[in-house]
Amino acid sequence: MENQFFVDSAFLSEEALSKKHRLETDPSCRRSHMEYMPGMEQLQSDICPTVMEHMHSYEYHKYTAKEVQAALEHETCSIEDFKALLSPAAQPFLEQMAQKARVETSKHFGNTVYLFTPLYIANYCENYCVYCGFNCYNHIKRMKLTMEQIEHEMKVIADSGMEEILILTGESRAQSDVEYIGEACKLARKYFRMVGLEIYPVNTDEYHYLHTCGVDYVTVFQETYDADKYETLHLMGHKRVWPYRFDSQERALRGGMRGVALSALLGLSDFRKDALATGLHAYYLQRKYPQAEISLSCPRLRPIINNDKINPLDVGETQLCQILCAYRIFLPFAGITVSSRESEQFRNGIVKIAATKVSAGVSTGIGDHESKYTGTESEEAQGDEQFEIDDSRSFHQMYQDMEGQGLQPVLNDYLYV
Amino acid sequence: MNHTDPLMIGGHEFHSRFILGSGKYSMKLIESAIKDAGAEIITLAVRRANTKEQENILDFIPKGVTLLPNTSGARDAREAVRIARLARELGCGDFVKVEIMRDSKYLLPDNQQTIEATEILAKEGFVVMPYMYPDLNAARDLVNAGAATIMPLASPIGSNKGLATREFIQILIDEIDLPIIVDAGIGRPSQACEAMEMGAAAIMANTALATAGDLPMMASAFRQAIEAGRKAYLSGLGRVLARGASASDPLTGFLRN
Repeated sequence: MENQFFVDSAFLSEEALSKKHRLETDPSCRRSHMEYMPGMEQLQSDICPTVMEHMHSYEYHKYTAKEVQAALEHETCSIEDFKALLSPAAQPFLEQMAQKARVETSKHFGNTVYLFTPLYIANYCENYCVYCGFNCYNHIKRMKLTMEQIEHEMKVIADSGMEEILILTGESRAQSDVEYIGEACKLARKYFRMVGLEIYPVNTDEYHYLHTCGVDYVTVFQETYDADKYETLHLMGHKRVWPYRFDSQERALRGGMRGVALSALLGLSDFRKDALATGLHAYYLQRKYPQAEISLSCPRLRPIINNDKINPLDVGETQLCQILCAYRIFLPFAGITVSSRESEQFRNGIVKIAATKVSAGVSTGIGDHESKYTGTESEEAQGDEQFEIDDSRSFHQMYQDMEGQGLQPVLNDYLYV
Repeated sequence: MNHTDPLMIGGHEFHSRFILGSGKYSMKLIESAIKDAGAEIITLAVRRANTKEQENILDFIPKGVTLLPNTSGARDAREAVRIARLARELGCGDFVKVEIMRDSKYLLPDNQQTIEATEILAKEGFVVMPYMYPDLNAARDLVNAGAATIMPLASPIGSNKGLATREFIQILIDEIDLPIIVDAGIGRPSQACEAMEMGAAAIMANTALATAGDLPMMASAFRQAIEAGRKAYLSGLGRVLARGASASDPLTGFLRN
């Protein structure tokens, strides 16, 4: 079973439609996904080849209960142990994995859980990524907030009590250039203690500029570490360049950022290989940049506007839980974020095992916080969502629920120095 | 609480030898933890105090308890100094625990940067309590830089592994004239007791309490263990316990004059 990603909008011109179909059906008309575009900085880094070597040689069916048990007994989780924990043979050991993961989480994070909210400021996009609601061929309401509108959104969010914000845009340098994003970050510094960014990958000097605007954390998802599969899903736009995306975290750290987050989007490709590559990408980043704060996410595919059939295929909650436990055991120090793509029940459970951060009061649309937070209809135009969320709890509800789970919610644990 | 055996830090007198960590557990438990621990000093991450009203840790700490703000999050001396100054501006007093880590995995302190920060902050009138990897030369440099205590780690933060650096902490206790406060890695009351028997001046613990089933009860257990260890140290350990056994017949009994 594969997802059926291709949807033709009735609003596309014949010319656009014909180009879209060519991209979808004729690989030869797509540019090479391994070739950098002009202006893209190239790093000489050995992290990518090392991670790829592990991923390509990973034969997860070879692992047996014996290797899994050994991995659970080892005090330090080796790369081989991590591979065993991600294998199908580990699934019957899920409860033991969860117990071990819980111990590791509490050693490093005690009894705390961090809360944050995302803020999408624009949803224009120049890429054709077939699974994404923002893709340039998807007929949705597009919008880019002005600085006044951004400030209004931020006030509404800050009034709810939230102190950490993650600013996101669609991937369009033309519509949302680095300066525009930088100005938004400067505003965010006024209202929030901690500002993170999840935007298109940029060069080191641009990350440095954004750092001076008040950002210290950068999230870039690789989507899938399988470059050949990636090629079939990211058909057009700068996002198509797979290696430039891979090195984003290194450029961000070299640009002065304190921390980086990474992930595969589970459900796009072989999830065990993608999870292995994600964990190893984090592992080698930490070895090369020991001061960096590394965190992982674990998004699964979700339905989007105009395609409600998109789903994470074989990555059920059990598999997701196994991946998260393996991440925690292998990388005890790493932050793990579980977003509102997952259900309330799953998030309540996973924060007691492996997750250290959850989002709350989430909108993946543009300019709709006032209506979502206060229930009042806004007269202002709003932009459509990137994907459908599952857990729609407000900040206050989440705070209470986390306390109810016996955890201490933390709104900020950060200083910009 | 022993009033005849005070712990002196930077000219301030304390009677509890248990420094309590905070920030890894529910704030509502802080007050009872302090009470059951009998603690007079509680650490506070400045970055955690950098928050709005909802859950500001400062609001949960009872009056009369000395705040020990730490510089966690600092990656070099410059950042530690900035955080310490901010702590003073926030009204946290003059005590500061310097923590500088350039490693996000084990959170091991950087001794060289710690010495630099200690020197700057001591000159600015802070009571500096540096967290360090137990190295005698670095400890001496910290003394010369103006530290008020030395806080060597027992094992990596959060590991609950106890006195992995026992031999080196003993050297610091023997050679350094400042109070040696064992910090990080103490997972059980028995380990705290052992460090106190060795002559440590005090114990700092956080994760061991935060992850306990009953936090206030564990705080109380630590308090008793620390007091027991201190008493044992003051009473002079028996020859079997001190540093290896000794023969009961004197080896020099053959000497005639």
